[in-house]
Amino acid sequence: MSAIALKLVEAPVKVEPVPVKAAAVPAPAPEPALVEPATRPGERLREVLRVVIPPLFGVALLIGIWALVAIKSGNIPGPDKTWVAAVKLFADPFYQNGPNDQGIGWNVLSSLQRVGIGFGFAALVGIPMGFLLGRFAFMNRMFEPIISLLRPVSPLAWLPIGLLVFQKADPAATWTIFICSIWPMILNTAQGVQRVPQDYLNVARVLGLSEAKVITKILFPAVLPYMLTGIRLSIGTAWLVIVAAEMLTGGVGIGFWVWDEWNNLKVEHIVIAIFVIGIVGLVLETLLLMIAKRFTYESR
Amino acid sequence: MKPIVKIENVGQTFSTKSGKFTALRDIDLDVSEGEVVTLIGHSGCGKSTLLNLIAGLTLPTSGVLLCDGREIAGPGPERAVVFQNHSLLPWMTCFENVMLGVERVFGRKEGVPKLKARVAAALDMVHMDHAMHKYPHEISGGMKQRIGIARAFAMEPRLLLMDEPFGALDALTRAALQDELNGVMAKTGATVVMVTHDVDEAVLLSDRIVMMTNGPAATIGEIVEVKLERPRDRLELAHDTRFADYRAAVFEFLYRKQLKAA
Repeated sequence: MSAIALKLVEAPVKVEPVPVKAAAVPAPAPEPALVEPATRPGERLREVLRVVIPPLFGVALLIGIWALVAIKSGNIPGPDKTWVAAVKLFADPFYQNGPNDQGIGWNVLSSLQRVGIGFGFAALVGIPMGFLLGRFAFMNRMFEPIISLLRPVSPLAWLPIGLLVFQKADPAATWTIFICSIWPMILNTAQGVQRVPQDYLNVARVLGLSEAKVITKILFPAVLPYMLTGIRLSIGTAWLVIVAAEMLTGGVGIGFWVWDEWNNLKVEHIVIAIFVIGIVGLVLETLLLMIAKRFTYESR
Repeated sequence: MKPIVKIENVGQTFSTKSGKFTALRDIDLDVSEGEVVTLIGHSGCGKSTLLNLIAGLTLPTSGVLLCDGREIAGPGPERAVVFQNHSLLPWMTCFENVMLGVERVFGRKEGVPKLKARVAAALDMVHMDHAMHKYPHEISGGMKQRIGIARAFAMEPRLLLMDEPFGALDALTRAALQDELNGVMAKTGATVVMVTHDVDEAVLLSDRIVMMTNGPAATIGEIVEVKLERPRDRLELAHDTRFADYRAAVFEFLYRKQLKAA
């Protein structure tokens, strides 16, 4: 096919060079000019669509099923009703009408604060513990049965102990966060310490670095990516647990708010809360992944 | 020439799951000041084990190793090591990697500007001054190994130990680095013990080639003294019959006397 086409083009060129050139030049000239800029943005657009379209379909599917379920059940508010309620709710997220009636912003912030405090204490205890367990086999064997025993326990089982010890709801909730955050922190840090490449430790030995230098220049940077994984897992679990803990303890917080709205039978607010909890969790996860990316070294 | 390293009747056994494994036995070797000694042998002959013993990374099960008359009881900065896989710390720039060793050796006596000058000089020596502030993952394998060599030389060690320093590099890069190493050794008069399995490399760089028998229970088989005058030029030596003879002697040992069933 192409051979025939070539012959057809060649033949008139030889016979009548001038008019054919004049005719041929404008014909192929705009072609590459058109093709080049047209395909490049076109491809980029296709690339963007390839990334954007599937998630949009996913969201649409979710909303569709939700709307169907809402119509069928009658009790559950549909997307439209929820949207109207959300617009009203987010118009004033930071109002304060006494301790039991505050804006959703305050509720989210106080939950985040609890997570922050509980997680902070867990990091303070868990990271040094992880270093000890990773560095000394004896410590590792000593704590292994304790950790294996306590780790599978639901953090909420610790809530009554917290209530008993602290005599107040707020520190008890924080205590639950502490308990659920500490295990991933210890285990990941310990694993990181154990996985520091022997080469790096040999370098330290050959250079004769002091113990302080070994920790700051070799151990800490080598363990940091593992530690950040531990932190990410901890915060993820903490955010899961805080909602349940607050339902039990009350006060200000997104978990309590969900329970309160259930008692008020404002189901559309519960649906909004589910979205808010999900989005906050997603943002936390993304932030920590970004930090982890910053501190991951390509070692090869 | 007084010996820097004396190895006397050294043996090394490891305890494994299937009982004791004798890696090395009856090793006797002296390394004189300014000498370049290569250890060559088939893989598994314990040449890296011997180097680790001199480095002090492992201790012998029998016999004694001395460095400057003192027993080697652990690693020390006077015995710098260039590792096969460069072992640069990926979270530090090339400059910081070299500085780590320099700081350790000279940090107490000298001020920061002097230390920085030492690092710069070492990087300059291996022609890597342009990559000073790059991270290891931003440079090629050959460049990383140059930085590893600079780190070792910058510590001005009594003895430089190299464990197949060019083993992971392609042939052309390896040749370039061998020439560079020859130059640096001539300039500094360094004492070097190097493990290799490249016969040409051994002849080109060494004063003595220590050929080891096959393991287990490996020991020193023969020693070839390479009496080629320095500086040595790769291209000239390619036509030198003595170079060919030394090469043949090593090949003879490795492939006739110690042929290993692959």
